[in-house]
Amino acid sequence: MEARLLPYFLILPVTLFLCLFFLYPFALVAQQAFGTGNGFSLDNFREVVSYWKFPISMKNTFLLAAAVVPIQLALSLLMATMVTKMQKGRDLVLYIWTIPLGISDLAAGIIWLAIFEQSGFLNSMMVGLGVTDQPVSLLSYQTPWIVFLAIMLAEIWRATAIMLVILVAGIGLIPKEYYEAADVFGASRWKQFTRITLPLLRPSLQTALVLRVILAFEVFAVVAALGGTIFPVLMGEIYAYQFDLQNGGAAAALAIIVLIISIVFTLIIMRALRVPKGATI
Amino acid sequence: MTAVADVVAPDTRKAGRGLYRAGVILLCAWVIIPLYLLFVNTMSSPDTVNSFPKSFIPEFNMGSLEFFMGFQGMLRALWNSVVVALMTMVMSIAIGAPAGYALSRFDFRGKELFRLLILLTRAFPLPLLALPLAVLFIRTGLDDTAFGLALVHTTLAIPFAVLITFSLFSGIPLELEEAAWTLGCTRLTAFTKVILPLVLPGITASAIFAFVISWNEVFAAAVLTIENRTLPAFLLQTLGEAPLHLKFAGGFILVVPALIFIFAVRKYLFAMWGIANR
Repeated sequence: MEARLLPYFLILPVTLFLCLFFLYPFALVAQQAFGTGNGFSLDNFREVVSYWKFPISMKNTFLLAAAVVPIQLALSLLMATMVTKMQKGRDLVLYIWTIPLGISDLAAGIIWLAIFEQSGFLNSMMVGLGVTDQPVSLLSYQTPWIVFLAIMLAEIWRATAIMLVILVAGIGLIPKEYYEAADVFGASRWKQFTRITLPLLRPSLQTALVLRVILAFEVFAVVAALGGTIFPVLMGEIYAYQFDLQNGGAAAALAIIVLIISIVFTLIIMRALRVPKGATI
Repeated sequence: MTAVADVVAPDTRKAGRGLYRAGVILLCAWVIIPLYLLFVNTMSSPDTVNSFPKSFIPEFNMGSLEFFMGFQGMLRALWNSVVVALMTMVMSIAIGAPAGYALSRFDFRGKELFRLLILLTRAFPLPLLALPLAVLFIRTGLDDTAFGLALVHTTLAIPFAVLITFSLFSGIPLELEEAAWTLGCTRLTAFTKVILPLVLPGITASAIFAFVISWNEVFAAAVLTIENRTLPAFLLQTLGEAPLHLKFAGGFILVVPALIFIFAVRKYLFAMWGIANR
């Protein structure tokens, strides 16, 4: 094999595969969304947007992302800095903290269902402590804010680990000399964090936030397990269009909307956290 | 400098350390307690799961798990999940690892473009692509098959496979390979005899990660399968009517492999995000 051609030969399988199962489906989903049989039309979009559940599911998805992502960012930064300073038991603590990384959103939803359902552990505890005499129905239409809280907790519980892992990897790349120099000049821990860790962590923060925000717009199974129809979200609506209503065009149109939102947010995050040209660690 | 601080404020130091330790323990508890509660529910009889109030101690009754195993279609779904995940594992490594090697060893035109394509795939809600593929698969006869679903899951796993193998190969000095060439190895034998044994644990970890990605995926699985549901898709479908003990036992079965796998790959968890080696 000619050495010049070898790399192309090696990347060929991935490239072909991604063209076939990543780029091509994009074209297909757009075709499905914009075409209703006779050429280009926006009918699918009109139908989707005018449906009464659309504004609610849009609002819910954004509200959930806005409530969950900042908390996760703060929490994962805290955990990452805690772990880097740790001398004993670092491996064990890291393992425990990254366990949720391997847990599916559906399983996470079921786990928090065990806590929040009517005969669940939260009610058992509340009755045991005498807060209420009777188990209360927590996940019902009457108490939508508890449903929201349960979904929020499940999301924070499940998906903080992915940010933690990325940030720990990023912090590991920051040379120790910077902190030593800061120590010499008497900088406080907090100052070291804001002046060294945060700026040098930009590339990792970028990756972590992009991945997390996209996952937040994809939220589906957690909601299905905990909220059902009480808390409609975009992905759930796509699923309903595809299955319950058998309307592939509408599902595709909604999928395009989710895609556009994801791309816009990716660009915003990349721009806000861009690494200045020529800057290296 | 630190010595001075120690003399000045030993109490605040001690208090800070106590706070730090309490924080670590609290965050560990935050992760473990919900898992423990699921475990308690799974290890209780169906009657206990549906009764009130709940005990916080498991009674080690296999009733719920037995019910789960005996539930119509559940074992089949479990089997489908394993098959799809294994296929995903093999395909993502077979397709992804050569590209990881190419990225770490060669400079070639279009390398940056290729990297961008890989990174881009992670910046999209990939499960959505299952929608158009559902139509395509019906045309090609791949609908409702384990292989069709595995193809979609491989798309999810490939970026990780490429990036992990890239960082693995980058960690092995080129000189090692060159030494093998001077000793009479061809490029291929140098790879199989010298490089492969060194990266095998890492490759295994990345394969396991691909397995977990597929094992956990719900949306694409639910869209692309009807008869041959995987476990998450099956559970999702039965969420509405299933009794509680079935949900909890199912959730538990979903969680267990993930726990083991994360333990097995924990050393490599930090190498797969395209940040290291930048």
